[in-house]
Amino acid sequence: MGASIYKNKKPLFVFLLPAFLFMIVYLYYPFFKNIINSFQHIKNLGQITATWNDPWYTNYVELVQDPVVWTSIKNTLVMMLVTIVGQVGIALVLALLVDNIHAGAKFFRTVYFFPIVISATALGLLFNLIFLYDKGMLNQFLEALGKTGLTDWKDESHALFTMMLPVMWQYVGFYFVILITGLNNISEELYESASIDGATRFQRVRYISLPLLHNVICTCVVLAVTGALKVFDLPWTMFPKGMPLKSTFLTGTYMYYQTMEAKNVDYGATLAIMLVLLGVLTSKVVNAVFKEKDY
Amino acid sequence: MKKNKFSLSSVIIYILLIIWSLTTIYPIIWVIQNSFKGKDKILADSFSLPLGELFTMANYRKAFGSLNILGAYKNSIFISTVVAFTVLMLAGMASFALVRYSFKLKGALHSLVIAGMMFPVFATVIPVYNMQAKWGITNTSNWGLTMLSVILPQVAGNLSFAIVVLTGFIKGLPVELEEAAFMEGCNAFQIFFKVVVPLTKPSFATVAIFSFLWSYNDLFTQMFYLRTQKMYGITVLLNRLTSQEGTNYGLMAAAVTLVVVPVVIVYIFLQKYIIKGMTAGAIKG
Repeated sequence: MGASIYKNKKPLFVFLLPAFLFMIVYLYYPFFKNIINSFQHIKNLGQITATWNDPWYTNYVELVQDPVVWTSIKNTLVMMLVTIVGQVGIALVLALLVDNIHAGAKFFRTVYFFPIVISATALGLLFNLIFLYDKGMLNQFLEALGKTGLTDWKDESHALFTMMLPVMWQYVGFYFVILITGLNNISEELYESASIDGATRFQRVRYISLPLLHNVICTCVVLAVTGALKVFDLPWTMFPKGMPLKSTFLTGTYMYYQTMEAKNVDYGATLAIMLVLLGVLTSKVVNAVFKEKDY
Repeated sequence: MKKNKFSLSSVIIYILLIIWSLTTIYPIIWVIQNSFKGKDKILADSFSLPLGELFTMANYRKAFGSLNILGAYKNSIFISTVVAFTVLMLAGMASFALVRYSFKLKGALHSLVIAGMMFPVFATVIPVYNMQAKWGITNTSNWGLTMLSVILPQVAGNLSFAIVVLTGFIKGLPVELEEAAFMEGCNAFQIFFKVVVPLTKPSFATVAIFSFLWSYNDLFTQMFYLRTQKMYGITVLLNRLTSQEGTNYGLMAAAVTLVVVPVVIVYIFLQKYIIKGMTAGAIKG
């Protein structure tokens, strides 16, 4: 019976065609076209005819010799570390804490998640006001605490910190929700029998929660690493054009800068390929380090 | 576990949790209260409430007067609504077909969907721009075409994810209801629209909210296609504000408030769906 309804395959085409046409035209074709573009010379976006570079690998030579590329890769790797340690780490601590309380879990979930729904551009403006030199919220606060002299949060020695802190802060709630859902799936009976055996609260966390959460934590780490590669809005709003002195570029923002600001479109395409390779490489590493386990 | 409800460690736990909640709530309260103050007061005295002498509506008058913030809202909401509906339609139909029909290319199409999630927008944006320029829908002064040039790439960016989430939900539906509808003479399209869609309404809502918010908050794609004041969406407007009115801090606080407050209100009412929508895919079920 079940088979006979869907035996007539004619509607299939109508159901599938629009979505897959979209994906082919807007994802697959452009992805390969982008590889071709990286060997060409394109001066303006929207330019239809392109000439081949001579030699064809010109952009790749430029890529390796461009010091800003290395800065952006370094910053992106730091960003990944910050998202793993800061986002997943803080989220894990918060989730374990919330798992140990009786009232208010729902409130904390709502409050922690809420920065994620706000556009990172608006948050960028907000954090610009907070980190303002003369004098934003933070410097006013430090002054009230008795600190003399203002800190320039956007100078070279603080810029990376100032850029990454809001990015990290925004997404803690995301991993918190994933981890707390994982914790809620752990059977209460396990904790109860551990309590009867005399396990302390800390031991319950160490020997029940953390091992059973292993796979969820792996998922979070993978998401954090791929998420770090996509960061764009907040850094570009707070530190446009990699200021100060092109020191805050991430791979994504540098790609945008070369394409839109420097009008070096084919080089932008090359940077996009580097970004993809970086993504593939880092997720391979992450998968090797945080292997999922079966229980 | 239950007997030490009011122990010292519980108190410490609550204090830690409340400290983190303050970091998420207070900045918003701070920017709202400062949006009612003059620029010099924000720089000198940002922690006090905007009462009496401090209170001013000047920032909001400026925001509505010279910023065209309402126009940007209109553009953003239009784009995001169309994106959400198109994603739902296309992904819903494709998911239904992928779950219920068996055919030769099923496995291959499924891999196409999964791989589609891996493409970062950076890797496709330049060819997509050139393609759309060739079609004549970018860089025109026509409002509809310009909106379309943002909508299409954003739909593509959300499709794979939506299909992955929706196939999961449709798989869980009992096929008996569809059989009953079939017996009554419904064709596949009627079954989809009259049986499957109504039954999966909550999951469709989840996907719609996810796509809407993603599109509404997206800056990268919009920066490529929305280049003139009339076309700006909310995020582009905010981004341009930093470079054009860099030192008008009152106006910035007002603009941030105007963008954040509606989202917060919607979030409070729809949080269950929003949290589910944004984390779907990472959490199974």
